[in-house]
Order: sequence, then C-alpha cells, then structure tokens
Amino acid sequence: MYINPNKCVACGNCTYVCPMGAIYVDPASRRATVDRNECVECHACFHGLSQEHLNPTLVRLLSKAFEYARLRFDPEPDVCPTAAFEPDKLEWPRAVRRAFSDPRVPHESTGVVGRGTEEVKTNDVTGRVKLGEFGMTVEFGRPGVGVWFRDIQRMAWALAKVEGVTFEKKNPVTSLMTDVATGTLRDDILEEKVMSAIIEIKSTVDKLEEVIRVVRETEKHLDTVVSLGVGVRCDDQGEDPLVLPLLEKLGYRVHRGKTNVGLGRAAAAETAPPEPAVTA
Amino acid sequence: MTNTLHRFGDADSFHDDYIVFAIPAKGKNDAGSLPKLRKFLEMALAFHPINLGDARNGGALRPRRDMDPTQHWRRSHQPDFQAVIQGLDAPTTVSAVFDNREAAEGFLKAVKEADLGMCVTVSTSLDGAEQICWAANQPRHSINYSLGFEGRTDQLPNRQILMLSTMCGHGMVSHSLCKKMVDWVKEGRRSPPEAAAYLARFCSCGIFNTTRAARIIDAARRRQE
Repeated sequence: MYINPNKCVACGNCTYVCPMGAIYVDPASRRATVDRNECVECHACFHGLSQEHLNPTLVRLLSKAFEYARLRFDPEPDVCPTAAFEPDKLEWPRAVRRAFSDPRVPHESTGVVGRGTEEVKTNDVTGRVKLGEFGMTVEFGRPGVGVWFRDIQRMAWALAKVEGVTFEKKNPVTSLMTDVATGTLRDDILEEKVMSAIIEIKSTVDKLEEVIRVVRETEKHLDTVVSLGVGVRCDDQGEDPLVLPLLEKLGYRVHRGKTNVGLGRAAAAETAPPEPAVTA
Repeated sequence: MTNTLHRFGDADSFHDDYIVFAIPAKGKNDAGSLPKLRKFLEMALAFHPINLGDARNGGALRPRRDMDPTQHWRRSHQPDFQAVIQGLDAPTTVSAVFDNREAAEGFLKAVKEADLGMCVTVSTSLDGAEQICWAANQPRHSINYSLGFEGRTDQLPNRQILMLSTMCGHGMVSHSLCKKMVDWVKEGRRSPPEAAAYLARFCSCGIFNTTRAARIIDAARRRQE
C-alpha cells in the first residue's frame, strides 16, 4: 500500500485503522507512512476508510492555523479526507500477502473469499468430515497479530509427522506446499507476512488428543497467536457424543461454534463422492 | 473462512449475537445459486436483522468513496439492506445478523420451509445454536467448535477490545480503532451506537453486530465488562 505524500495531510486517522499497526506519521516528513515490512496488504485502509476529496494544500494551511491556536483538524474517524491511499501493483511473492490478508480477494486455489476455506460449513453437501472423524483448522495470526510463513512452516512440518493426518486439498496453505507428505512450503514465501492463514487437516477421532498435543508443543516456538477449530459430523439425533467430551477432558471450555444445520443439497448432476484429502 | 468462529466472549455475551449464513459449496451446488442467495437475504428482512452481508461486496453499513465536508452534519448511521441485496452479483457467502434468538429461530424456520438447498450455518453459542435447531425441528448436521486463542496471547489486547475486534474475524477492525472508539465514547465525543457504526464499516462481509458492539462499548465506558 502506498500513501501519496502529495495528498496526505497527516490527520492520523489511518494510523488507528491499520490492523497491523504498520502506518505512522513520520515526524520528519509530516506524512503518514507505511512500514512495508509489517504491512500485509490487507487493504483495510484503502477499502475501509471512506474518502473525501478535500484540497490537501488548503487542509494543511488550516491545520497549521488551528495548531497555532491549540485547536485540531478533526475529521470523522473513518475517513481519509484527501483520498491519499493508492494500492501498489503487487508482484510475487509479495502478492501472497494480499491473497491471505484481504478478504475481498478469492483464493485462486479454492475460489473462496475470506480465508479460502469451507470447513464443515458445507459438510452436508461435501461429506468431507464423517462420523468418527474430525477436521481441524489451525489458524495463525488472528486477531490482529499477523504471521510469517516461516512459522506456519514449523506447524505444518510437525503435523505432517502425525500418522493418519491428512491436509485438506482444497485449502490455500496446502496449495503452497511443494511436498504435502512433509508439509513443506515453497521457499519464496517463507519471509512473507500475512494477516492470517489456516492449515486444515483431517483425521480420525482417536488421533485428536495426539494432534492437539503436537499443536500445543509447536505453538510454544511460534511468534504468533494460534486459534483452533475442531469440526465434527453429528449423529442422526444431531448430537456429538465423541469429540466434545474429549475436548472437555483435554481442558477446553467449549461454548462457541458454528453449526451446520443440514439444509444443503448437492445439485442433481453433481452427486459424485467428495474428493479425497491429500495424504501427509 | 472462519470469520465468526472465534468471536471472543463467554457464552452469555452472545445472547444478542446470532449469525445465519448461506453458502454454496464450490463445485457442488453453486451453479444457479445466485437467486437463492438473494432470496435468503430478502427473507431475512421480515425478521428485522441488524446487518446483512455479502462476502464480496460488504455489509449494510459501508464506506463511501464520495463524501464531502457537508456530510459531517447529515451522515446516516442506518444500515442499507437493499444495497446488500441489490449488490449481490456472484455466488458467495451471504449472512444475516440478528440480535435476539426469536428472530434467528423464525428466520431458520422460514429458510427450512423455502428449501433453498444452500448450506446453512448458525454461528453463536453452542447452546443458542442447539435451541434454534430444536425450534426448527432440524437436527444439527455438523459443528465446528472454537477452542479459543493459544500461543503468544500476550500480544492480544484486553477483553473488551478483543470482544469488539473479533466481530470481524477477517481482522479488518483493528484493535487500535476499537480502543479509540471506546475512548471517544468515554470522552462523550460519540455515542455507543455511532462508535459501533464506525467499526462496522470496516467489516468487509457484513457480519459485524452493531447491537452487541454498542453494548460492549457502553459497558466498557462504565467498566462493567
């Protein structure tokens, strides 16, 4: 992201809206500036701020006059008064930052916007997670911390070593693996930072405890936040007698979730069985 | 997209937070799904949602590219539901946000009767979702449990800010802006509903709950949460 210095009036609004805290007003130039190393190209500033189109020279003159009188130019907090933001044209590998950070951009690998995953939200149609199995989303970087792919790499390596764990094929992180058997990501993205990314795996319920132990041990060595989601298929009565008791036994106080209510239906011509996950 | 899974707060803090999604499964039932998704959004209006969303084009409170200085005095903080419905232009995840269980229950019953064939997900507390499914006589198919945050949690802000910022699971609502809005309400510069509306405009898929946000901000002002 680029802030046009000819337009910026250093009102400071954008310094608050950046989820990564990557924007600051440079005291030397008196212009808002983006720390490109920390910027994840989420475009929250460009898309989220409303735009006015005030004359920058006039605003700066007024601001100086106000400052002299101990007053302050005070635009609405969600507005860039001079429309100073101009998105960069991103080349690879920096483009991966936007793909994993701007929810308006569909992931090329899955065609799904947001994090690019469907998890169990479509399980009534895809049948991806069956009774006796669990799907797990290991999400990094959220909320508001961010993650470098080198940290995701460490977790992928650790999970790939667990026997019986498979990476979800239709997942943006899996699509960046050069070796799915070992969970190895392509080299050129490891020093890129993104808002968040999700490793998606599947296994049988008897492996859940081991997987969680591996995640807990590995996350100690990562410089980011990890959030776990565990997806299960309910029985005919809509109950989950297997996984929830196990999670509670492991010390989790589970009170929030997303519930697929089972109203989905595959289109008539597309009733083929779901694609298998990639075996680690 | 786990954009609502990890909303922060205890179970009781979701008593005014019910999100109902419709999503077409890629390659399974997305062909011809656009009119069904639009109908889903239109049907929600009868149950008085507080937000509607389209993952590609945003929610009912959106930023504008054409503001002028005079709008400071006549700016609307009311959601524009028709903008969401009319703006839906491709199959994607759509959502309706309600601030009471009765509305969410009624909506789910209506969606079931309409038999749209789209995958429908309810995001709230586990108990709340179970009660909604029970009322609609619809056994739960699958559940995605949130196990919360782990790892470097020392990098996270306090619980009020976290409750606000995690209402946009994509991270578009920054911790700093949430803190600023709480401070502005404390200073009397804005009301809690106005502060909630500013935050909601950054949520790019329309799942931000302005009722819950205003409640949290008001409580934070009085240090009750």
